[in-house]
Amino acid sequence: MDKIYLDYASGMPVDPRVFDFAKPYLMEKFGNPSSLYNDGVEAKTALEEAREKIAKFINAEDAKTIVFTGCATESNNLAIRGTALRNISLGKQVLASAIEHISVLNCMKDLQKNGFIFNIIPVDPFGFIDLKKLEEMVTKNTTVVSIMYANNEIGTIQPIKEISEIVHKKGNYLHVDAVAAAGRIPIDVQKDEIDLLTLSSNDLYGPKGAGALYVRQGVKIQPILFGGGQEKGLRSGTENIFAIAGMGEAAKIAMKDMKNESSRLQKIRDKLISEITKIEQTYLTGHPVKRLPHHASFRFSHIEGESILLNMDMYGIQVATGSACSHKTLEPSHVLLAIGLKHEEAHGSMVITLGKSNNINQVPVIVKAVKETVNRLRALSPLVK
Amino acid sequence: MAQVGYSKKVMEHFMNPRNVGVIENPDGYGKVGNPVCGDLMEIFIKVKDDIITDIKFKTFGCGSAIATSSMVTEMAKGKHIDEAMKITRSDVADELEGLPPHKMHCSNLAADALHEAIKDYKNKKKK
Repeated sequence: MDKIYLDYASGMPVDPRVFDFAKPYLMEKFGNPSSLYNDGVEAKTALEEAREKIAKFINAEDAKTIVFTGCATESNNLAIRGTALRNISLGKQVLASAIEHISVLNCMKDLQKNGFIFNIIPVDPFGFIDLKKLEEMVTKNTTVVSIMYANNEIGTIQPIKEISEIVHKKGNYLHVDAVAAAGRIPIDVQKDEIDLLTLSSNDLYGPKGAGALYVRQGVKIQPILFGGGQEKGLRSGTENIFAIAGMGEAAKIAMKDMKNESSRLQKIRDKLISEITKIEQTYLTGHPVKRLPHHASFRFSHIEGESILLNMDMYGIQVATGSACSHKTLEPSHVLLAIGLKHEEAHGSMVITLGKSNNINQVPVIVKAVKETVNRLRALSPLVK
Repeated sequence: MAQVGYSKKVMEHFMNPRNVGVIENPDGYGKVGNPVCGDLMEIFIKVKDDIITDIKFKTFGCGSAIATSSMVTEMAKGKHIDEAMKITRSDVADELEGLPPHKMHCSNLAADALHEAIKDYKNKKKK
């Protein structure tokens, strides 16, 4: 049985071209970029080249705007905490949408414990930010508003340009978590007037262990890690050159491949959506058109997501779910609740995120497995009368 | 080796659950959980001379919810109701070679559903 992997949002293999590029930095070119002799300079050069590649990838005005971190969670924390604390003289309010990544929400909750005011911007049933509410909520005391470019669970792409106009009209800084969107759709921080933007290496077919934060020139933030002052004082700690060099190369490759790859995946996605939603009482979650090209997410009435995941695994097909039972917290996905699903509806979700190993010939195999899974679990379910 | 995820036994019961279905006019019926929490179980029993002669279940829930339902029906079938009342949640988990710690409480309701069905039988018998 050939395995079919459909969970690229959770994990991706490193692109062999990325690995070839970054490999020397593990053993041969092991220098510390802070050292002034040749090996240090070699590492420093790799670091700065990666910075330039990342800057180009998001059309940043200058490579200096890129700060390397250890992962996207760290970038989100640095963006939010670093901005809120550094700009406390402007005010103590922070805002995030209800469907942000948990690293954004938990970081803001922690600020709230420490005297900040944290408010949540609601979303509509497609997962779009309520722009009217945003406009009402942002004040001159709002230091940072955090909105994701596109959502990892429902695929919806936000109107970031409109959001940035609203934030800048009344408040201060806009942070955008672009982890799910980067590498799938083009990102232009200048066009969208984004102040801070989070990227992750391992969501670009790069190695785990590197993230980046774009900090627009002129935006003042403070570090959350203190030490030797690497990354212009914003991220102390010896740089993970292997992962950072890999991330830079991954971004360069993504820029080159994105257009073709995204349109290839979109065709597979559209076929999956049209076939799977033919199953009775099955619904697409997120927006049908304004969604990530590699992303298809569903909910099925009367059955539970972890069972769906386990049953699909028996066919060698690996998918994700937002069900409570698959999470350690045992809470259903906050994203699915935020778009207005009831608890019992949110339990029956399945998320497919496509990537390089997928092709159109897999569609009938996947659809057949989904149909059989749904039928089997519904036959067990007391909710089907 | 550290156990990660579900045991083989849990997966085996999840994939091939025993005693699935409903019994028309059951002698006892038990229902526990609710779909809001993500787990709902129904157990139906047929009883003759206080022995459980037939038992069926229907479950909405995760892998362990389905596996524990299946296991409890297997454990209770053919038992005297007094013996079946003694089957605990942890007995069911043990028979399945363990459950992940965070599943012990939420998805391990099958013994409760069985007990409810037996109580229902006893109540009906009184009348």
